[in-house]
Amino acid sequence: MGELVQHLLNATVLGGTYALLGIGLTLIFGIMRVVNFTHGELYAFGAYCMYALVMMMGVNFYVALVLATLMGVALGAAVEVLLLSRLRGADIDTTMLVMIGAWIVLQNTEQLVWSGVALSIHNPFPAEPFVFGPLSVSWNRVFVFLAAIALIASTYYIINKTKLGKAMRATFQDRNTAALMGVRIGRIHTATFALGSGLAASAGALLGPVFVVAPTMGDMAAAKAFAIVILGGLGNITGATLGGFILAFVEELGAGYISSGYRDAMGFLLIIIILLVKPTGLFAQKERIG
Amino acid sequence: MSQQSEVVLSIDRVAVHFGGLIAISDMTFSVRKGEIVGLIGPNGAGKTTAFNVVTGFLKPTSGEVRYRTTSLNGLKPHEIANLGLLRTFQRTSVFTERDVFQNVLTALHLQGRAKLWDTLLRTPREVSSESEMADQAREILRFVGLETRADERAGTLPYGEQRLLGVALALAGKPTMLLLDEPVSGMNPSETARFVQLVKKIRDTGVTILLVEHDMPMVMGVCDRIVVLNYGKIIAEGTPAEIQNNREVISAYLGEGKKRA
Amino acid sequence: MKRYWPWALVVLLASVPLWLTDFYLLHILITTGIFMIAAMSLNLLLGYTGQLSLGHVAFFGIGAYTSALVALGFEVHILPEYTISLAPKPVWFAMLMGVVVAGLTGYAIGKLSFRVRGAYFVIVSISFAEVVRLVAVNWVELTQGPMALNNIPALTLGAAGWEVSFLRKPAFYSLVLVVGVICYIVIARLVDSRAGRAMIALRENESLAMSVGIDVTRYLVLATVVSAAMAGMAGSLYTHYIRIVDPDIFLFVYTVTMVIMVVTGGKGTLAGPVVGGALFGAIPEVLRAFAIAPEVQWMIYGILMILVVYFLPRGIIPAVEDYLAGRKKRTQATKNALADSGAPRP
Repeated sequence: MGELVQHLLNATVLGGTYALLGIGLTLIFGIMRVVNFTHGELYAFGAYCMYALVMMMGVNFYVALVLATLMGVALGAAVEVLLLSRLRGADIDTTMLVMIGAWIVLQNTEQLVWSGVALSIHNPFPAEPFVFGPLSVSWNRVFVFLAAIALIASTYYIINKTKLGKAMRATFQDRNTAALMGVRIGRIHTATFALGSGLAASAGALLGPVFVVAPTMGDMAAAKAFAIVILGGLGNITGATLGGFILAFVEELGAGYISSGYRDAMGFLLIIIILLVKPTGLFAQKERIG
Repeated sequence: MSQQSEVVLSIDRVAVHFGGLIAISDMTFSVRKGEIVGLIGPNGAGKTTAFNVVTGFLKPTSGEVRYRTTSLNGLKPHEIANLGLLRTFQRTSVFTERDVFQNVLTALHLQGRAKLWDTLLRTPREVSSESEMADQAREILRFVGLETRADERAGTLPYGEQRLLGVALALAGKPTMLLLDEPVSGMNPSETARFVQLVKKIRDTGVTILLVEHDMPMVMGVCDRIVVLNYGKIIAEGTPAEIQNNREVISAYLGEGKKRA
Repeated sequence: MKRYWPWALVVLLASVPLWLTDFYLLHILITTGIFMIAAMSLNLLLGYTGQLSLGHVAFFGIGAYTSALVALGFEVHILPEYTISLAPKPVWFAMLMGVVVAGLTGYAIGKLSFRVRGAYFVIVSISFAEVVRLVAVNWVELTQGPMALNNIPALTLGAAGWEVSFLRKPAFYSLVLVVGVICYIVIARLVDSRAGRAMIALRENESLAMSVGIDVTRYLVLATVVSAAMAGMAGSLYTHYIRIVDPDIFLFVYTVTMVIMVVTGGKGTLAGPVVGGALFGAIPEVLRAFAIAPEVQWMIYGILMILVVYFLPRGIIPAVEDYLAGRKKRTQATKNALADSGAPRP
């Protein structure tokens, strides 16, 4: 029993960051209809930024987190403006191919700059875990969970309470009408991609110190992000949040009770099963954000 | 009373609900062999929805559609086409990126005889089947008057000719009944007149026709019978003359509260 | 004249083992040829039928593993008491099994996956390939996992005492050439037929295709089966050439390589995957001469793909065709203008 609760606890911590990944991608996928293959690379970018800031430049851990996230936002905006803005209106396979090209370039840049060595980032938390009863969780992870919740809440705020968020929701529901009502679709695209990328970078910045930083870390992150988007339904933030936790639970329990080798397969299997059984996702009754 | 020909299409109490929105509340009418029937009604009355139901693109919430003796409920569009019931589309009615000849060849799909092995091994059956279809394609293009356009990309054709090509595609399926979805919308008067000639020519070959249109002179001129749809229900049926004088139809088009002329 | 130059090219290619003695170059030609076959198969699904299938490497890998396992023989315990085993079979049979199993997988995937379309389908296809990869990594009893299946026998064909071995490069090159030409002909015949027109119609306008009587599911599945079987053939060739196969064969980067080949060459054209395959078979070798790191090589691929999408959106072959057609038109227009002006004909 204690083991089960420990698994659930681990899953809860992981779920928060998965949710960040998923929310970022579902916004991009939902509003822009772009199959964003660079999402995983933004995750890795966030982690590498943390490494550079904390380990190489001695920046304060918390400040570095904020900076890494902002740098993710900037990179996302740059990618959108440079590559995607020309392709607005193109069909989905064209943008997909460009995104694949961008992913290749980004990942190999990272590989070239950092080489393949796994790097670790020091964190300012006590090394001994926080223990209560039979359960233990490291302080680092507690922080990660809380930070993730804070970011998710901020995203909710942005989407539901700000003018930008309103414009994003309008674009999602009916872009033509939104454009007629004065929404600058181009700007919304850039903002969406930047926001989504920022969330991915923040997830990487948070998890980088927990695990290790390596150039291919983005690939699995991207795959899981896609699984979460499909679980939750395109453009559905609540769905993505819940999806993040569900995926984390399925992975934890699967790895714990079935086989750890297939841990990463859980996400894919989930995708396949859900898409075959309920193609619109577990939570998408009507497609909407917020 | 002249002998009435058999019913080929019967639509029986069909309803289509999209969640809370009622697109068609209760539609019942039938089309007899050799008729040209026009389905008219104000915008949003449910005409294209009706077409989509009949041709299998939409599942009705209730009701039944029968083509001759076969119930169409649950059949997929390609199965319905195989029964001889073919349609045109209002928009994107042709394969715009391919040339006219390839368009018709593609539409002759149901007339093909060869199997996969024949194709891969290029057996005599494959060669003769392809040759037959090429002949049929040329014949169809002659019939609709597009034989000079055979090598041109369908998307570059003038709008009126694209519509003709759309009809050619439907004819390739050797229809016994043809559903035309706003065939002359956007056409100028001379194109419309040319089209009407084509419609009559098609009917003379024995094909029954049901068309949806907004162009009243065209409809009144070519149809034997007219069915009027409003708010998802049939409000009138009859000959063009009867319909033109029908009070309900007039008020449906002009709206309530208008003074009578 | 125009009809025969492809055959002239084939004859030229066939003569290569007679005069090319550099085994390294032969190796490049062989691997390029294998990739071309894989690219042709992907082109059928991606280019002609318009389906964004990004799991294609799965079929390649399934063909490779099946062929290896049938040639080596295997024994697995499904349940503690229940064993499935197979004694080693002749290589030609193993390769055939590679094709068949890949094709069957294509059938199953086709039937299941096409319930979802568009971007969702892309994700399903990638997920499927990843699951297969993870199975290959983890089901060690069957696949040896990362330790790889090795000592895979080479192909030998023969009867009544006469035997041909495809162990050495020149012989294998000829095998790949023959298979490649056959695959090209298969695709060429398929796309110029009723079935091919149906597939293209699905790509162009699905509703219209349905309305003229085309059974969408049937042709999507058909395209997937042929495509998968052909990829399986490429995988079988690969297995009996390299003679070692490990789960890395299922990596997403190989799907990406195939996609790049098809897209830059020209999706939906016959020559596209051949040109794309040649290009991306040759580029690594050219870059090798400059001692460029593999990362940079991949970055060049990525940038190249982006540039192609922007500037030659339909690929190299259509761009060349457009250029030639444009030239023909201009020449014709010039001739017409000269004729109209009463000038003497050139």
